[in-house]
Amino acid sequence: MSVFEVKSDPQLWEKLGMDVARFTGMPAMLTQAYTNIFLAQQNRPAKMAYFDSMVENIHTGRIHELVAAKEAGKPVIGTFCVYVPEELVVAAGGICVGLCGGAQGSIADAEKILPRNICPMVKSAFGFKVGKICPYFQAVDFVYGETTCDAKKKTWELLDQYVPTHVMEIPQMKREKDKALWLDEVKDFKVAVDKITGQETGFDQIAEAIVTINAKRKALQRLNNLRHHNPSPISGKDMLLIEQIAFYDEPKCFVEQVNALCDELEERIKQGIGVAPASAARIMVSGTPMALPNWKLHNIIETSGAIVVNEESCIGTRYYKDLIDEGSASVEQQLERLTERYMKIDCSCFTPNTERIEQVLKEYEQSGAEGIIDYCLQFCHTYNIEAVKLRQACEERGIPFMAIESDYSPDDVGQLKTRVEAFIEQIKG
Amino acid sequence: MKVGIDLGSRTIKLVALTQGAISFHTVLESSFEPHRQALQLLEQQRPVRAVATGYGRHLVQQHAEVDVITEIKAHAMGARYFFPTCRTILDVGGQDSKVIALTVDGKVQSFQMNDKCAAGTGRFLEMMAVSLGYSMAQFSEAAAGIEQATPINSMCAVFAESEVVSLKNSGMPPAEIARSVCLAVVNRLATMVRKAGYSDHLVFTGGVANSPVMVSLLQQELGVPILVPDYPSITGALGAALQAELLHHCDSPAA
Repeated sequence: MSVFEVKSDPQLWEKLGMDVARFTGMPAMLTQAYTNIFLAQQNRPAKMAYFDSMVENIHTGRIHELVAAKEAGKPVIGTFCVYVPEELVVAAGGICVGLCGGAQGSIADAEKILPRNICPMVKSAFGFKVGKICPYFQAVDFVYGETTCDAKKKTWELLDQYVPTHVMEIPQMKREKDKALWLDEVKDFKVAVDKITGQETGFDQIAEAIVTINAKRKALQRLNNLRHHNPSPISGKDMLLIEQIAFYDEPKCFVEQVNALCDELEERIKQGIGVAPASAARIMVSGTPMALPNWKLHNIIETSGAIVVNEESCIGTRYYKDLIDEGSASVEQQLERLTERYMKIDCSCFTPNTERIEQVLKEYEQSGAEGIIDYCLQFCHTYNIEAVKLRQACEERGIPFMAIESDYSPDDVGQLKTRVEAFIEQIKG
Repeated sequence: MKVGIDLGSRTIKLVALTQGAISFHTVLESSFEPHRQALQLLEQQRPVRAVATGYGRHLVQQHAEVDVITEIKAHAMGARYFFPTCRTILDVGGQDSKVIALTVDGKVQSFQMNDKCAAGTGRFLEMMAVSLGYSMAQFSEAAAGIEQATPINSMCAVFAESEVVSLKNSGMPPAEIARSVCLAVVNRLATMVRKAGYSDHLVFTGGVANSPVMVSLLQQELGVPILVPDYPSITGALGAALQAELLHHCDSPAA
């Protein structure tokens, strides 16, 4: 096997108007981090090679595809939330990418403008654009933001000064009038996407896109079901990486590769091959999303002798647990059914949000986990407060539960390691 | 002999157990290379089995034949040695404060630690003492010898320091400021303890439990007697030593 190396393409970056001098060091840093965190794992499935190559080409190969699509007049849209319906972008022949927001490196750029005490994901994302150090951000036609939290909502106003930023209003309750509002917002989104192509996306295109994205979600469901086996045939870190790549890879290719990996995992399960002994503590993670390259908590857990068996998160099951009904007869019906599916997303921005508590408990059962670590990004008030109800629900059922609040900086790794190890001691008695 | 060693943020503690009783214990300021100090200490003792705990536990394990446990488990075991029926432990060390709730049979039921923040730790008290020109012992004594106190609002170590500066410049006597700082920390610790739930079997361990004023203020605040071991700093190292004994017993049941 050739040596893993994240590729560089300064010419491409120059063309995208990036801060090339500053970005030049990035691939080497990512190479080192990825080598230490991922490639050092024992007994990885062979089919992880594809996802390794996705990381090698993260700043080059996929960016070329984005640029080519844009030059061909297709929409290339950046998003930050699983509420923005990617089906409508794919239907218009375009590309929808979840933008970067998981790195400490861009926070200082953001803090030149934004207040310090807001969510690290919002700061990281904003910093990537301001510092011109994310090729994805540079390549998109526009960003489609949403109103899931105050930090995002107000940051979009500022982000619009750097890249055209549209905002969809996400309701905060799920009454009929809220659903009607959301359907309207979805229709407006479709108009904005269609404006780039100059053509109205029709029934057949939407139908095909729904099938394509359903296939992506189904493949991830299949993979998640397989990893629940004990011993787990794949590590939590590798699973998280795939869940992150789901937001920027070409959907059809991604589905093919995930299914190929699933075939391998089925074979591993038959042969009893796992990445950790069956006695290893099985931990489910719930809470806020971990955007690329945020692998901090998973790495702490899995270098402490435990294994992560589920991510109840936007970059996790919240993204793929629900599908869109494929049997619509008109565009109107397609959009209604799409809206129905998106309204099932149980983000903590909703009140009440009891279905999320039920979902967490269900996933805990299905994954064969032995404890839950709830992960909350600093200053994410809605998930932080909802953790109180989650703790109550877990205590009532005798489920070991620990809540962690953290950001991307390495300075609390020592303390987190102590907590995670103590949690494992608690589980294992 | 079995040994437990606790590599904390400020000090290294070692406890040796011979036939189940403490035969030796020591507390040293940690240097730049705490693991070398730890190795030296271990060499002097030549135990049949050793267990490390505290922030430096993994570093020691890379260099010596030791097992590791977290300080949570170590404090649970150590506190139970002194107080066999205790159900709640408050440990306040240099860098962390934690509350550990135990089951009836002494297993860790749940625990809480302060998040990324120095407030409510020994380090915070040290910083405040320095800014008042006291040693830790003087600081504690001064705070004990006065009745008056003023609320300190900021519990961020950085902001509290500037608050202390403005109190100094308002002419407030340093002893009163010292007591105010102690009360602020006690309030924060009491909140953590209340969150975990407690009865009158509450044990206070860690270096900060050496300060009589902190113990009495906490007692007043929580309204229950607070149990403090003779040497509260070594509770974690003792727990590690007990774990070493347990492991040795499991490996060679006849011994």
